[in-house]
Amino acid sequence: MSAHDDPESIRREVKAYITVFVSLAVLTVLTVAVSYFHMPVGLAVLVALVIATFKGSLVAAVFMHLRAEKKLIYWVLVLTVIFFIVLMSIPSISQWDQRMLR
Amino acid sequence: MEIPYTTETRPDTGLYNAKLGIWLFLASEVMLFGSLFSSYILLRTGAPAWPHGRAPEIGLSVPLATINTMVLIASSVTMVLAWASLKLKDFAKYRMYMLFTILAGFAFMGIKSYEYATKFEHHHFPKTSTFFAIYFTLTGLHGLHVLGGMIVNGYFWGPGAKMWKTDPERFTNRIEVAGLYWHFVDLVWIFLFPVLYLL
Repeated sequence: MSAHDDPESIRREVKAYITVFVSLAVLTVLTVAVSYFHMPVGLAVLVALVIATFKGSLVAAVFMHLRAEKKLIYWVLVLTVIFFIVLMSIPSISQWDQRMLR
Repeated sequence: MEIPYTTETRPDTGLYNAKLGIWLFLASEVMLFGSLFSSYILLRTGAPAWPHGRAPEIGLSVPLATINTMVLIASSVTMVLAWASLKLKDFAKYRMYMLFTILAGFAFMGIKSYEYATKFEHHHFPKTSTFFAIYFTLTGLHGLHVLGGMIVNGYFWGPGAKMWKTDPERFTNRIEVAGLYWHFVDLVWIFLFPVLYLL
């Protein structure tokens, strides 16, 4: 299947899985701790999303093997991200549209 | 007729078919949950006021949701370790890790059910407010995804594990694909948790 099938590579991967698990646990605690600080809503949203994105990236890169995955999957995901950004922008676009109408 | 490319890679994609298939499916799931997150943004920015999840009139439990977050993350680890065990030809370890994954799913759904029950006791339903409408929709859809994953994982722990004897490589690939779905479900929760409970 792939060059990374030998027991040694798998065992090294297992070490990475445990490391990521610990990191994710720490980042979860950090997410909760940071939420108790008083900061403006915009900043709170940004901090929460940055931490969540980093956690998500760890899951995607290590647990989902994306860091070693074929280019085709990578391009499928790039396309998905582009459409996702458009999806997230729709509320802003609709509000801009509403403002233009007035 | 044999299903092609269940273990050997297709020359044009460089992957076995199921792996490309599951990633395409996950891409569609990104759009599904993305559309709900987008709705959340639209609802929240359009509302004159939006309660904090921790506010007494809403009463979301941050400690419970934090535990749930840890539970799902742990289940993601055990899921990938289940697959790694199969790569190392250790079927007993696979069954152990897969069982942990399924049990973690039960724990998550148990805590979620308790949360829902307390909401209903306080007469908080989806129709109560916009906040609760989007809260129940997002967590409800996510919960259904957890349930679906648990059923599939249960099959692969139980009757589906027979394939290990007849076609171990194909079975290992099935677990990898099931794992990719399960990690995605974890990923959605990693975003759901701060958005609904902490912001």
